[in-house]
Formats: sequence, structure tokens, C-alpha cells
Amino acid sequence: MTYVTHDETEFVPPMEVDEPELYHPKTWIGKYVWSQDAKVIAVQYALTAMFVGLVALVLSGIMRLQLGWPHTFSFITPSTYLQYVTMHGMIMVIYLLTALFLGGFGNYLIPLMVGARDMVFPYVNMISYWVYLFAVLLLLASFFVPGGATGSGWTLYPPQAILDGTPGASWGIILMLVSLAFFIIGFTMGGLNYVVTVLQARTRGMTLMRLPLTVWGIFMATILALLAFPALFVSCIMMILDHTLGTSFFMPALVDKGQQLGYNGGSPILFQHLFWFFGHPEVYIVALPAFGIVSDLISINARKNIFGYRMMVWAILAIGGLSFIVWAHHMYVSGMNPYFGFFFATTTLIIAVPTALKVYNWVLTLWRGKIHFTVPMLFAIGFVFTFINGGLTGLFLGNVPVDIPLSGTMFVVAHFHMVMAVSPILVVFGAIYHWYPKITGRMLNDRMGKLHFWITFIGTYAIYYPMHYLGFMGVPRRYYALGDTLIIPQSAHALNEAITIAALVVAAVQIVFLYNLVWSYFNGEPSGPNPWRATTLEWQTPDTPPKHGNFGPTLPIVYRWAYDYSVPGAPDDFIPQNQPPGKKAGPGVSAAGLRPA
Amino acid sequence: MTTALILLSAIMAIVVGWLVRKTINTSPWVEQRTVEATGSDAALSLLPVQVGLWVFIAVATSLFALLVTAYHMRMVETDWTDLPLPSVLWLNTAVLVLASVAMQWTLVAARRGQADVVRMGLVSGGVFSFAFLAGQVWAWQQLKASGHYSALNPAYAFFVLLTAVHGIHLLGGLVVWARATVRAARGADFNKVRLSVELCTVYWHFLLVVWACLFAVLLYSHR
Repeated sequence: MTYVTHDETEFVPPMEVDEPELYHPKTWIGKYVWSQDAKVIAVQYALTAMFVGLVALVLSGIMRLQLGWPHTFSFITPSTYLQYVTMHGMIMVIYLLTALFLGGFGNYLIPLMVGARDMVFPYVNMISYWVYLFAVLLLLASFFVPGGATGSGWTLYPPQAILDGTPGASWGIILMLVSLAFFIIGFTMGGLNYVVTVLQARTRGMTLMRLPLTVWGIFMATILALLAFPALFVSCIMMILDHTLGTSFFMPALVDKGQQLGYNGGSPILFQHLFWFFGHPEVYIVALPAFGIVSDLISINARKNIFGYRMMVWAILAIGGLSFIVWAHHMYVSGMNPYFGFFFATTTLIIAVPTALKVYNWVLTLWRGKIHFTVPMLFAIGFVFTFINGGLTGLFLGNVPVDIPLSGTMFVVAHFHMVMAVSPILVVFGAIYHWYPKITGRMLNDRMGKLHFWITFIGTYAIYYPMHYLGFMGVPRRYYALGDTLIIPQSAHALNEAITIAALVVAAVQIVFLYNLVWSYFNGEPSGPNPWRATTLEWQTPDTPPKHGNFGPTLPIVYRWAYDYSVPGAPDDFIPQNQPPGKKAGPGVSAAGLRPA
Repeated sequence: MTTALILLSAIMAIVVGWLVRKTINTSPWVEQRTVEATGSDAALSLLPVQVGLWVFIAVATSLFALLVTAYHMRMVETDWTDLPLPSVLWLNTAVLVLASVAMQWTLVAARRGQADVVRMGLVSGGVFSFAFLAGQVWAWQQLKASGHYSALNPAYAFFVLLTAVHGIHLLGGLVVWARATVRAARGADFNKVRLSVELCTVYWHFLLVVWACLFAVLLYSHR
């Protein structure tokens, strides 16, 4: 690849752009509670998501205790076990990962990375968070209503979700559905902001192809979410009506305990279609921001431009487009037409192509790079490993004849935890270690970070690798206890114990992470504006943490893409995006990119 | 899922196609365009709030497409009985068309700067919209009176669900309309009024198209 030496260009004065009127709060509450500043909203989103994620983590610990040592803990009954399974799944997928990637990182990074003062609709953005918080509270309230939370599994399949006998079939399921509906309304408000800010509020010179891949990932994921969440919204509303008004959208004619129920003719498969029409794009709603963030972490820490930037962008677009036509691969066991299954198996394998392309590009970015094994980089590389492992088992499950025998087993649990739980959460950790210095002005402690990484990384393999074997043996998922089943040997029970121990260790080491977050806030090493020597605009702000309005008196002007690392002939191994061509300014280049350091 | 697939594929094709066109001829790593040259690529020539409205329209399209899909998929079940549609729906459709025409008239007046016509147009658009909503409620009453009221009748349940979701979207639009009308009546900054009118007009046309599609689906989908 040839690098063009940039010509000396004339001094470009900052364009007289219409600056949006920022709302300047005067009180503490206006600044930190009812805040319209995207950065504060981002932290609010992130803290709420992490809190509710911790609840879900505790639930998974209890589930593992039950699986490791059945009949030992009297407080775990078959009903509570199913409630924990359900709440763990729903919280982790929607209320933690979706909210954290889009509401948290999206809010913090989009305005800073595209060079905007704030989101385009700050007021709507603020409402978005409060609606999200309300949804979280409704969800958590379901633990305390009569009958407890719903235990129908995170997919909430009717008819069982609203029939007596399923835990939480009276109140729990209603709270879950209403909470989801509110989540979707809140998300739509936020999502409008993310998309329109990327389209309309980019600073001068920030063309689409100069956007960091983080922004591309969040942007495309938001588009997917905006179009896919309505499917979940529709199914929630229709199920609420089935439950409360006795309609039969999803509920077929049923005999329950000898009683003919009032329902007639509804289609449970219709629900499955609607649910997965949302559910599969949801995988990419979580994955695409992770893809984007990892691309930036790898490029920054390998001190090399990302390999195949344009391909990375198009792969994101292709994955986004294809993710809408693969949903029924979650329904191979629903008795669908074999030709239908064939179609979805084919599209599922096709979507692996752009995904694999991204993996190759990450590896090729590492190739002959000057790799710095910082904590964010460790998490990024950990992600690539885990994503490949989870992706490969996805190829198994994408094929109908392999999926059918494995579908009800622990193999599926292992697969989706590798690919959409551990992989994205490794990126979440990497991203927090990476951007924490910008958010707080202090570095996270490196030793605690490395301890956190290695135990989490190795620990998750100790949990999920053996789980694949349990699946091959036919150990079923969702079961409270295996009992004396002939096909399940004693070794499977021993393996379950080992997995539980690993899970508890991984859960415990998250305390180190949380402690690190708090400890470093007060005692961390001051980071300075650009500790990773990165090119993107958020590291070039005049203040760290950035003040309301982000960029001081003038907005930065962008002269180059986000990946000018180790450019031959340049004095530093990185050139900030806002450094004018020809200027030999060092890392201290100022916010506007105009004033010399 | 055909309806939803076709509409969502169309939306995704527009989004992805536009983005690919914007990105295909650039090589950001060898770029040395001056800042002036990148100006045309900077953004769409629309205000953020207008883009926001179009994004919301895409979201609402997805919602209605999925509802129609659900309707078609539920229709094939054995218990389905077709619903005799109340004839007042034709009247309602005409009233909604009038609301849309009134909005368009207001928009033309707003572009010409005729403040008094704008006020009149806004009020008439709002009146027609409320009349449409009242007509929809009347249609529910007629169905109820004709003995089709039963939560167990899926055609009835879908009819109420579809019209209610559409009506709620119209009510949301009427909130923006009310603000615009108050502004126009107070003689506030005319540019702001004009922007609100532009947004309302686009949204009203969209809701008219949605209603036309829903009505056609209700009329022509028989077992």
C-alpha cells in the first residue's frame, strides 16, 4: 500500500456552522440527573445496565449451583429455577447488552467520534434513558409480585408462557411484556438520535468513509434494532391481549387440567416467527457494535491501520442486510416445511461469509503489527478467539440435520454463550478499559485489569468448552435436575460440578473489575488527554473528561481517516484525524486541530 | 412473513444501497481531499428533525408491515371468519384524505408565507383528523352492535388492533399538530411554524398511505 504525502494546503478557517443551542443546566440535578448531555446519559445507561447485569449474573450463579449440586439448595425450587433462567436470559440480552452497547457506548462515543457537540435531539435522548430505567424497574418488580417473575424461558413462547403451571403466568409475564414494550419505546427514542446524529451532525471533513468502525458498528446495529424491535413490540402487545382480554392471536384451543379453555385457533408458530424476526437481528444488534469496537481496539494497539477498512464497512452493511433473512434457523424444530429449512440454512451459511471476512481482517491487522498487549488489546484478542469458536459451532447448528438432535441440549447453550454472551462481554470490558480514561480522566489499574482478563478469559472456556460435550452426550438444557437418567453417565455430573466451580470463580473475579472501577476513579493514574495515542476525535478534546459541548469554542475539522498509524515519514506513530495535512504537530495537537500545542 | 419481508427488504435495500453508493468510490487511506471537497458528502440536505421523521416512518412501516403479516398468517387458521366491514370506513377514509389535502394546502400556504391561510389549514386538518378518529370509534361501535364483538373472533380482534395502532399514531401526530397550531395562532416565528407544518404534512400523508394499505388488506383478504 502506498501512502500519499499530504500536500500543504491552505489554512482552512472553521466553517461558520449553525451550532445547535445546547441546554446548559444550572443545578446539580439538571447536570447529573435530568441531564441532556449525551455523555451523562451514557454513564446513566451504562451504570443501570451494569447493575441489572449483576442481578442476572447472580441468577446464573444460582442456576449453576443447582446444576452442579442438585438437591442441595432448598431455596432453589423447579419454579424458581425456571424464573432465574428466564430473567437471566432476557436481562443479559436486552437490558444489559443492547442497552450498554447502544445506550451506553452509542451515547458516549457517537457525538465525540463524529465531532458533534451532542446528540441532535438531546431532550428525546434524556427521555429515552428514563423510559429505559422505568422498563428495568418494571422488570425487577416482577420478582416481587404474586407468583413471581415469569419462568417461561427468555423466548416467552405461548401457549405455556401464559398458562397456569408456568411460574409467573399471572403477573410476572404481564410485567415482562409491558417492560419490554417500554424498553422498545425508550430505545426507539434513543435510536432516532444515534442514526440522525451519525447522518446529520458529523463535523466538517468527517465523511462516511472517515468514520471510525466503532461508529459504523453502532450505526448499523441501531438501524437493525429500529426495524427489528417492532416485531417484538407487536408480539408483546398481542400476547398481552391474549392474556388479559382473552383474544386468540397466539393461543390455540386448549384443554388445561380437564378444562376446555376459552381460546380457539390461535397460532403459537406465529409468535415464534415474530419473536425470531426480532430475535435474530438482535444477535447482530449486539455483535455489530462489538465488531466495530474491536476493530478500533486492535488497530490502535497494533499501531497499524485496520486491514481492509472498506471491506469492514461493507461487511457490516452486508451482515445488517442479511440478518433479516435468517430468523427461522431458530425454528428448525418447529415442524416447518423442509424447503423452508433448506432456504434458511443457506442464508445462515451465507451470512458467515462477511463475518469470516471481518475475522480475517482482524487477524491481518495484527500481522506484523507493533502489538501492545494492553488490557483492552487482551480483551480484543480474547474476543477474536471466542468469536471464532462460537462461530464454528454456529455452522453446525445452522444446518437442519445437525440442529435437530442438538437443539434441546447443552450444546446450544454452549454455542450461544460463546458467540453472543462471552464474545460481546469481552468487548464491553475491553471498551471500558479503553474509554474509562476519557470518561474519568484516570487510568484503570493495569494489574487488576490483567487479573480480570485472564481469569475471565480462561474461566469462560472452562465453563463453555465442556458444555459442548455435555450437549453431544444429550444432556438437555432448561432442566432443573437430571435425575437418574440412563443416558447420562456419572462423568456428566462431575463435569457439571467442574463447570459450576469455574462459573463461580469467573463471577467472583468480576468483583475485582468493579473494585477497579471504583478504586481507579479516586486513585488511578491521571491519564492525560490521549493515553493510547489514538487518532480518533474523542481523544483530541481540550478537556478530559470532555465538558458539555465536547470540543471547546470551535468544532474540529477532519482531514483524514481514523487509521493513520505508523505512517512512514510521520514524526509520531499516529496522526490525529483533525491534524491538517503537512503540519508536523505532535500528539499535543489541540482540539480544533488548528492551534499548535 | 412475505409482507414484512418485502417492505423491510425495500427499506434495507434503500439504506444499504445509499450507504454503498456513498462509500464505494472512496479510498480513505489515500485521501487528500480538501475540506471544501468533502462538503457535499457531509450530510443529507435536510434538517435533523426531518431525517428523524423519515427514520421514524421507517420504524412505523416495519411495525405495520409486521402487523399485516401477522394478520395474514393468522387468517389461514381454521377458526377464521371474515368480518363484514362497517360502511362508515369508506366515509372515514374520505375524511382522512381530506385531512391530508388540508395539510398539503397548509404546506403550500406556509411556503408562500400566508400566515392566515396556514392557521385555517391547520385547524381544518386537525378537525378532519379528529373526525376520522371519531369515525373509527364509531366503526367499532357498529361492529359491536352487529354482534361481532367477541375477543375470540380473531378478525374482530385484528380489526380493533390495527385501527387502534393506526389511531394512536395519528394521536401522536396530533400532539405535534397542536403545538404547531398554538404557535401559528400566537403568531410565533414563522419559520418554526413552517417546519412543523412540513413535518406534519409528511406524517399525515404517511398515515394516509398506511390506512389505505390497512383498509385494502381488511377489504380484500378473505378466506
